[in-house]
This record gives sequence, structure tokens and C-alpha cells, in this order.
Amino acid sequence: MNTIASLHKGEIGYISEESLGFIPLKLLEMGCLPGAEVELVQIAPLKDPLYICVNGSHLAIRKETALQIQILKSEIVHV
Amino acid sequence: MSKNDIKVALIGNPNTGKTSLFNQLTGLNQKVGNYPGVTVDKKLGVSKLSSTQNAIITDLPGTYSINPTSIDESIVLKTLLKKNIKESPDVILVVADVENLKRNLLLFSQIKDLEIPTVLAINMVDQMNRKGITIDLSLLKKELNTEVVLISARKNEGIKDVKAAIIRCHVAAKASPLCGINNQIDPDYFTKLKEISPNYSLYELWLMVTQNNYPETVTKEEKEKLLAFKKDVSKLKKYQHKETIYRYQEINKILKKTYIVDKSKAKDLRGNLDRIFTHKIFGYVFFVFLLLAIFQSIFDWATLPMDLIDGTFAEISDFAKSNLPAGVFTDLLSEGIIPGIGGVLIFIPQIAILFLFIAILEETGYMSRVVFLMDKIMRRFGMNGKSVIPLISGTACAIPAIMATRTIASWKERLITILVTPFTTCSARLPVYAILISLIIPDIKIFGFLNLQGLVLLCLYALGFATAIIAAYILHKTLKIKTKSFFVVEMPNYKLPSVKNVFFEVVEKIKSFVLEAGKIILALSVILWFLASNGPTSFDNVEKNTIENTANQNFSKKELQQRIASIKLENSYIGILGKTIEPVIKPLGYDWKIGIALITSLAAREVFVGTLSTIYSVASGDENTATIKQKMASEINPDTGKKRFNFPVGMSLMVFYAFAMQCMATLAIVKRETKTWKWPLIQLFGMGLLAYIASFITYQILS
Repeated sequence: MNTIASLHKGEIGYISEESLGFIPLKLLEMGCLPGAEVELVQIAPLKDPLYICVNGSHLAIRKETALQIQILKSEIVHV
Repeated sequence: MSKNDIKVALIGNPNTGKTSLFNQLTGLNQKVGNYPGVTVDKKLGVSKLSSTQNAIITDLPGTYSINPTSIDESIVLKTLLKKNIKESPDVILVVADVENLKRNLLLFSQIKDLEIPTVLAINMVDQMNRKGITIDLSLLKKELNTEVVLISARKNEGIKDVKAAIIRCHVAAKASPLCGINNQIDPDYFTKLKEISPNYSLYELWLMVTQNNYPETVTKEEKEKLLAFKKDVSKLKKYQHKETIYRYQEINKILKKTYIVDKSKAKDLRGNLDRIFTHKIFGYVFFVFLLLAIFQSIFDWATLPMDLIDGTFAEISDFAKSNLPAGVFTDLLSEGIIPGIGGVLIFIPQIAILFLFIAILEETGYMSRVVFLMDKIMRRFGMNGKSVIPLISGTACAIPAIMATRTIASWKERLITILVTPFTTCSARLPVYAILISLIIPDIKIFGFLNLQGLVLLCLYALGFATAIIAAYILHKTLKIKTKSFFVVEMPNYKLPSVKNVFFEVVEKIKSFVLEAGKIILALSVILWFLASNGPTSFDNVEKNTIENTANQNFSKKELQQRIASIKLENSYIGILGKTIEPVIKPLGYDWKIGIALITSLAAREVFVGTLSTIYSVASGDENTATIKQKMASEINPDTGKKRFNFPVGMSLMVFYAFAMQCMATLAIVKRETKTWKWPLIQLFGMGLLAYIASFITYQILS
């Protein structure tokens, strides 16, 4: 199962719809929404926290939070 | 403030230039107050909107959402939910960053649903071309159903439009919700909620339920009904999530029509700088060098103005003494009040320089990178990346530093940060160190460029940080507190600091220091002077007895005068107090005069220097032309006949000041922040014991 924590530096993923219940409200409000494109911008020197860019917000989150947010490596196509 | 003034609340995400806009709107017409019950600073300012209309603008803490996760943010909710006419805002001014409009509009959409007249100011529009952004302003106004103004606060562009929009918005008094949460999530549920009271908008009622925050105007009956909605917690949580997603869907719809970004135009300055500042080696190296440079410059730049202030006040005091008729009033003026004022003003250079650096680091966006770099390391010691900011600002003053811990969401991490922050070298210790270093460490350069005195000072700072970290580790391992830790930090764009913002920040910090700490220091100086120039009944006979006792010793008039003065001091109230504690502090190398200074330092550490100055000027009788440093340098230890402030005593004192919790104001703040006396008392006795043992060892080894 892929989460934000399994992205490589510079890689892009898409937050899965199933993650909704696991994303803290605060992160949701900052733009970390299901379906959104998320890029792992930088990993801190000690592998934690992670620096992500989602919906135009540049955020640093801890690995434990990143592990809760599932992603897909390709975009969901809405029909 | 008149009745016709429009009350405006200024709200926005952090890093949107909210402070710049506030400074542009109000200029120097600002004052800082406190919110009742909490110590979060409340910034108020008067803005002249037109020739006939003024506005009172309240600058609320930056927040991403109305739903608070920290004490700072809860201020915003509390202000907005107030219903009484006196305090509720007439118009809300929301500031948004043009580059991150989508996220900024979330907060706007929540505020709009409160149904209060709202103006949206989109800031930093001077960046639009460079970032490839185009906005259809008239359509955006229509879609958002509100006044929208494009501004560039730093360049002072669009400020007039903001003022005009506030007036128009106030006159129209038109307020309608933007998102109407009811129909989209669970119509039955929200219809029932709305039926509770016609006096509040649906969103207000929803906030009362989700945030458990009820304005005074809510009746008992209404509150009971609202509480019934709280029973199903998982439903509340689910609906809050749904609400946020729904808001973003609506915002996306609006922005699709009105906001276009040409991504090819975006330049990657941020990426390049991030690669340097968050690099696994260079990132830390840069941070350490930056701290080194800051501390070196504090010592180098502040010395000259400090000596100047010190010298000037010695001269004024001397002038007063020789030109005013002799008497109690002149003594009070020249030995109490004037040195007291000097003792306050002497810190201004250091505080100004330190806050200058801190303000610049915050303004540029670099501070967030430090948080990012340090989080994992700090976590090992039971703290948080955000603890770095209190620990760094603790080098200015522990009081704002402890207040800055409020952004830390986890209680355990926050408590540990509060408990160890007083170990960092605050600016009140700096004058103590500075004067002791200049007395015992030679002023030479090593390797041709490193100032030895500066290096010793740096070691003392390092000692403070190291102790803070070790203490945190011990607390981390011993404190059994279970809390959920949540951490998210925004990494803002890099910006050049605005001269105006930095200037205002520094002025505000100096002002609050002079007014708050200054009052205490000045009052203590006067009390000290009184205690040092008065005493129990035997005190009055000192002069007569001394003259009688020394009649056959052929003292010159000057020598006699000095003798009388120092015997008088010994028999004064303060002398008696100092003598009482002398046996306890003798093993540390201190005499009763230093003991007095230790006692008065409890008010604020910096009082140490002023106290010794007062004691020595009383002790030296009339010859009062020397600066504090000269007075201390010429003080002789009667037991050895050598200088009182020799190397072992100086080192022992510096170690004592590094560890001891000697600040009543900090203890009071810790009590307020932790809501119990338990933690400040643990600090007072724990740090005091550590200081005593460490100074004892230092003195015994060195002497």
C-alpha cells in the first residue's frame, strides 16, 4: 500500500478517496484533499519530517502522519 | 475612539502580509493590549478611512481556519462569535495571498458564512506577472458576492481602495453566506440545528457545537439543545470533513472561472534556496554560522552604545549631585532614580539587535526551514521542531518565548519547552555576563579575528542551550504524560524582509520592555536606595560613633567619609539582609554585597548590575563619577586585599546566573500558561539547586 511516506523525493502521487477519514481536519483545511496531487519536495536530513506540496500549499508533516495518508501513483480518472 | 468609528477585524492565513497591511493602514497609531484572560497580544490601530470616517482595526492572530487547534487561533473564533454590540466587528477584512488563493479562500468562505460584512484583500498582486497569474476581478466579486480589492501592501498599493471598500461594505451592511453548508451534507440535520435559534446564522450554531464555544448571549435553553447535537462525536467529525471538502469544491468552481495560472512562468527560487537551507550538511552548517554571527554582533555592536549610555548616566547623576542643594531628594535622584533609569535604558541596544535578527529570520521565511531541520532532533528530547523558536527567542526574553510555545499542539512537548526555555541565555543575563567578562577575561583577539571575550560569551550561550537540551531529555524520560502529537508547518515563500515591518517589530519589543520590565527595575532601584540609606535605630548613630572611634587615627576628611559610608551600608536594612545570607553564599565566593545583588536579581536578573552600582555608589560616599564597570573593578575583598571580582568569583557568578531561575516575571508567566503553581515551583527550586551546586564546584576548583 502506498502512502505519502513511500514517495521518493520529487515524485508525485494522488491522495486516495479512502484516506478521507484518516486525514486530520487541519491538514484537510490546508488543502490536503482526496484526489489532490501531492509532491514530495524534500525529506529532512534525518528522514523525518517530510516537506510536501499539495494544492499550492507547501507543508512539513511528520512521517507518522504521512504514513496514514494513502496515495495512488497515477491520477484517478473520473468518468 | 468615537462611536461612529467602524470596528474592523483583520484576519488572514499566516504569511499573507497581514502585518504589512496592518502597518500600512494604521502607521504609528498602534497599541498593544491583552485579550481578557489570556496573554496573547492584541494589536489595535486607528486608520483614517476618509476625512470624516475612522476605523479601529484589530489585528487577529494568523490562522488557516476558524476551527482552532491552538490557543492563538481560538482568539479568532472567540472574537468572531461575540454577539454583543461593543466588541463584535462591523466589518471583517480578510487578507489573502494571490499565489495561494485557493487555500486562503477556505478561511474566507468560513467567515462569509458567519454573515458579517466582509472585504477580501488579495495581497502581493505585484507578483502576479512573474508568477503568471491572471484574475477576472469583476467576475470574482460577483461570484464571491463581496468587495474584493487587489493590493500590494509592501509597496503601499491599493490601500486607498481597501479603505473605500471598508466604507462601502459598512454602509451596505450586506452579508450573505457563501457556501450554505446545510443542503450538501445532511439537510435534515442542519435544518434542525438552524431551528434552535433565529438569532444566529447556521454556521455560527454549527461552530458553537463543533468548537464547544458558546457566546454569553446564548440562552440556557438554546445551549441545552445545542449540547444534544454534540452527542454523536463521530458524526460531527465526519460532517466537519465533508464540510471542508464541500467548501473546496465550491472554491474550485469559482476559481476555475476567475483565476488562471500559467505554470511555465513560475520561477524556482524557492526550490533552489530550499536545496541549500534544508541540505543535510550545509543546512545545519549555515544555521550554526548564523547563530554565531548573531551572537558576535550582539556583543560587538551593543558595547559602544551601552558604554555611552552607562557613561552618560554617570555624568547626569554627578551633575545632579553637584548642582542641586544637598538633601534627601538629591540623594534619591542621583543615587536612586537616575541610575535606575540608566539601568533600564542600557539594555535597549542588545534587545534591539536581537529582535532585529529574529524579526528578519521570521520575515524571510527561514525560520520555518529551521523548524523543518530540527524537528526530528528536538523530538528525541521530548520537544518539537517548533520548540526551536521559543529556545531562540528565549535568548531575548523567556516571557515572549514561553508565550510562543502556544503554537505547539502537543501538551507534553509544549510543557517541556516551557520548563527548559529559562535555561537559554536571555538578554537580562547578557549585561551580567558582559560586565563580568569585561572584568575577568582579557580583551584580546585569538587567531587574529576571534574576540576572546565574544568567544567566552558564546560558550555561555552554548552552556545555556546544552543545559536546556539535557534538562528536556530528563523531563522527556521522567514525565508520564500521554498526548497526541500533531505537527504541521507551512513552508512559506522566501521574501526579502520589509524594513517597515522589522522596524515596527523592534520598536514594539523595546517599548514593551521599557514599559513592563522597566517599571520593575526602576521601582526596585528606588526601593534599594531606600533600604541602603536607611536602617534600624543603631544606623543613625554610625556617623557619630565612627567619628569618635577614629578620632585618634588621623584619617583625612575623605577617608573618614568613605569609612562612614561603608559602615553605614553595613548597618542598613539591605546590609543586614546581605549579611544574613552571607554564610550560605560564602562557599561560592560571594560576599554580602553580592548577596544583596542576588536577592534583588529575583525581580529581574539585570538588576544585578544596577544593584551593585547603587551599593557601591552609596558605599563610596560623595565621589560618584565612576561608571558601573570602574566601580566594580576597584572593589577590594578585605580578606585578601585583592580585587573582589577575580577570575574564580567571576566564573562562579556567571555559572550561577546561567542556571538559576531568578526571574519572578517568568515564574508568573509559567504559572499562567500551565495553570498551576507546581511547574514554576519546580523550576525555581530545581534550577536554584543546580545553580548552587554548579557554582560551588566552579569556585572551589578555580580558587
